Amino acid sequence: MGRYIARRLLLTIPVLIGASFLIFAMVYALPGDPIRALAGDRPLSEAVQAQLRAEYNLDDPLYLQYVKYAGGLLQGDFGTDFSGRPVLDTIEQRLPVTAKLALAAIVFEALIGLTAGILAGIRRGSFFDNLVLVTTTLLVSVPVFVLGFVAQYVFGLRLGLFPTSGISDGWYSYVLPGLVLASLSLAYVARLTRTSLAENLRQDYVRTARAKGLKPSVIIGKHTLRNSLIPVVTYIGADIGTLMAGAIVTETIFNIPGLGRAVYDSVLRQEGAVVVGIVTLFVFFYIFFNLVVDILYALLDPRIRYD
Amino acid sequence: MTERPQTDRATGLADADRGPEAPQTERAEATLEAEVAGSPAIEEASLWSDAWRSLRKNPFFLVGALLLAVFLVMAALPQLFTDADPRACDLARSAQGPSAAAWFGYDVQGCDYYANVVYGARVSVTIGFIAMLGTLAIGVVVGALAGYHGGWVDSVLARVADIFYGLPLILGAFILLSVLPERGVLEVALALIVFGWMTSMRLVRSTVVSVKEADYVQAARALGAPTRRILVRHILPNAIAPVLVYSTIYIGTLIAAEATLTFLGIGLQLPEISWGLQINSAQNRLRDAAHLIFFPSAFLSLTVLSFILIGDALRDALDPKLR
Amino acid sequence: MSHSAYEPASAPGVPVLEVEDLSVEFRTPKGVVRAVNGISYEVDPGETVAILGESGSGKSVSVQAVMGILDSPPGFVTGGRVLFEGRDLLTASAEEQRAVRGPGISMIFQDALSSLNPVFTVGYQIGEMFRAHRGASRKEAKAAAIELLDRVRIPAARERVNAYPHQFSGGMRQRVMIAMALALDPKLLIADEPTTALDVTVQAQIMELLKDLQRDTGMGLLLITHDLGVVNEVADRVLVMYAGNVVETGTVDEVFTDPSHPYTEGLMASVPAVEDKGKRLHPIVGTPPDLSHIPSGCSFHPRCPRRVLEGAPPGRNCRDDVPLLLPVGSVGRASACHYREEVLRVRSTGPA
Repeated sequence: MGRYIARRLLLTIPVLIGASFLIFAMVYALPGDPIRALAGDRPLSEAVQAQLRAEYNLDDPLYLQYVKYAGGLLQGDFGTDFSGRPVLDTIEQRLPVTAKLALAAIVFEALIGLTAGILAGIRRGSFFDNLVLVTTTLLVSVPVFVLGFVAQYVFGLRLGLFPTSGISDGWYSYVLPGLVLASLSLAYVARLTRTSLAENLRQDYVRTARAKGLKPSVIIGKHTLRNSLIPVVTYIGADIGTLMAGAIVTETIFNIPGLGRAVYDSVLRQEGAVVVGIVTLFVFFYIFFNLVVDILYALLDPRIRYD
Repeated sequence: MTERPQTDRATGLADADRGPEAPQTERAEATLEAEVAGSPAIEEASLWSDAWRSLRKNPFFLVGALLLAVFLVMAALPQLFTDADPRACDLARSAQGPSAAAWFGYDVQGCDYYANVVYGARVSVTIGFIAMLGTLAIGVVVGALAGYHGGWVDSVLARVADIFYGLPLILGAFILLSVLPERGVLEVALALIVFGWMTSMRLVRSTVVSVKEADYVQAARALGAPTRRILVRHILPNAIAPVLVYSTIYIGTLIAAEATLTFLGIGLQLPEISWGLQINSAQNRLRDAAHLIFFPSAFLSLTVLSFILIGDALRDALDPKLR
Repeated sequence: MSHSAYEPASAPGVPVLEVEDLSVEFRTPKGVVRAVNGISYEVDPGETVAILGESGSGKSVSVQAVMGILDSPPGFVTGGRVLFEGRDLLTASAEEQRAVRGPGISMIFQDALSSLNPVFTVGYQIGEMFRAHRGASRKEAKAAAIELLDRVRIPAARERVNAYPHQFSGGMRQRVMIAMALALDPKLLIADEPTTALDVTVQAQIMELLKDLQRDTGMGLLLITHDLGVVNEVADRVLVMYAGNVVETGTVDEVFTDPSHPYTEGLMASVPAVEDKGKRLHPIVGTPPDLSHIPSGCSFHPRCPRRVLEGAPPGRNCRDDVPLLLPVGSVGRASACHYREEVLRVRSTGPA
């Protein structure tokens, strides 16, 4: 197991380097002036441009630029906005908010998605099963921002059950946005669990478990659940990327002062460096969480550990 | 002729001794074989004909296909759905709700909203298809090369895919679009292609890997056929099915992704007519002009829904385990 | 060894298992399939009964019904009784049925790799028998599991008990299954094609193991197989099944040496012998019937070289009249052929 973890760690490093290089290449290596690209339509004086060129090492050869860029990243330098404020400051200030939102989303995703999926999977073809199927199909088709507006309108404005913006109501403010953020993933988790469970119930080893005279609750709870969770765990890992992209949307709609909202505002204000900086952080989180998921997967499925 | 051996046996059953009867046994066997061979042939069953048969009966597929057809026509020929000009605007009618004259009311500028929503189908569908074709093309080429050659070619290409996988679709497209000077249909499609080709590639690669061991491929190789010919004539036709199914479903994802990027301001820009832009413009009017958000949202959701329905039905139809 | 909490009376002479007129059908969207058609047999303590038949003969379905693990829907038991030590399992409650599985009747399957849960150790899966049926603790269960692994001759049991199924070879995995099945000293072991997926040499080892264990415990063994060699080696009595019916039954010696049903004849004749090198092989012509379209009268008649259609005596027309399983020859033998006596007396020619 330890060897497996070490191997996965080693494989993650080239991915981190590669991803950071890809981002670097997009921003600094494409034809055109990177300063222009990051500044958008904002007018910049010659002096400012010269200063920025020095700051971003734009006169260095490309590989050196990347090395300095990567070195900066490792030290927490995610760039600065055009008023000179380091992106790291923004990150430190807003990360806790986004983290709470993401946590709420993951909890909803896991609880509701798994429960619905399990109940549907053990009663294939029942009313509940069909209900889950229809609901998840709808949730998957409706883009997150649409769902956000609908939820805000129905549950916030019309029914008045939840705050429609801001985080002034403490934990309660995170419930509706968290649900919205979780909606797409929740639907996939439910479907995946349902299919996985139904498939596992047809497996030969379930027949053996019945032949051993085990109780039905043990058969489902012990024997099939672990096997069914494996694809779901893998999915949750891949889904974290969607979650972060969704956070941008959700925080915008519900006016939550997190990193996602910062990205949106920076797009409006044409602060290219901030956008790139925060999204880079998201990407690193994504790669890191995938590593965690890989390890969890090996914990669940012993066949993987011994390769 | 057919009946004689049996009748012989019937009348001869009282006899104790039969002696060697090899010729009659063989004749009997031959007769039985002929009879059995004449029985009704087993119905031709191929994966695709079976799939089509079950698709035709699947109500979800039919609904999805119908919806898709409507939106495809709407994208190609919006004039069929409305006479109004989406850009003929009168500020006096700003944000008015639906009425008999204007089914979807008017937007903030006072333009006919129904016309705008209808015309908005075009860019979304176009970007969806262009991006899908792009991911399919790259996926097929890269995946086939990786799968067929194996070895270090495969390792390198797999690493490259892993690196791109490190940037999720929307996040990667976000960065790319934020540094591009123009953000038109082609640019958005390009951003989606650059960060969406990997899954197609993996699918093609794995099917190519399993197909290339087939006997007919070995035969072609033994006959000296060049690599490209083997790939194009023998391997790809058989390996293409799963990725085609996936790509069809993926269009829905791409359309939703484009709408999200446009809504967030990093996709298509005004004065493009796009559902994402319409929803973006409408977000502050949720309280008093909810119809501004509702109609483009509904059309967008229905379009994505149609692909999901078709995709689900296709997957079920092609999955032997569920039949 | 350990004592079962479930101690029924197994006096000699009382069969461990009595199946009476068991029928199973499958209700599918395409129609009703009669998989098992009123079969009856018994297994005595210490006896090995083989159910011999091709795929689609109903042999596996019938023992799944006995065991109570039939997939229902679409399968349904539509008639008959299954008496385990005198009690009808088919009318027992779900709880009572579950109590019998494991301590009373046990089952092993063909593919040990897919029949064992890949995410649990073999020790856990064997120990589960003790934890579920006897309330044993984890430690006790594990110790018992190690003992069982020893008993089925798996070397280094103490270490192997923590291994996962995919880490064993095919033959070893099958031993694990046997260990699991024997954990609670069942009175009857049902083995559904236990050696079909194994190499010939491993097959022999597994069958020998089963025989030895049977001798030690005095349990009954119900063996499902399509392998004539295995039946010959191991079984005392044999039931030949075709298209959901028992077509012949008797001791292995009797049935194999002097078949009294054309199907059995055909099976025996299809086995190539060394002396016949260079000669034509004689398979049974045709294929087993689709169970949703069983031929009228005798279900074997389309393939039967001895069938009598035109001019048959009344009640003995192979196409129109269903032959019943009736005694023939020595005591305990029966055959479901209108011409059972003739088949017995007059051997069909061809390779002997």
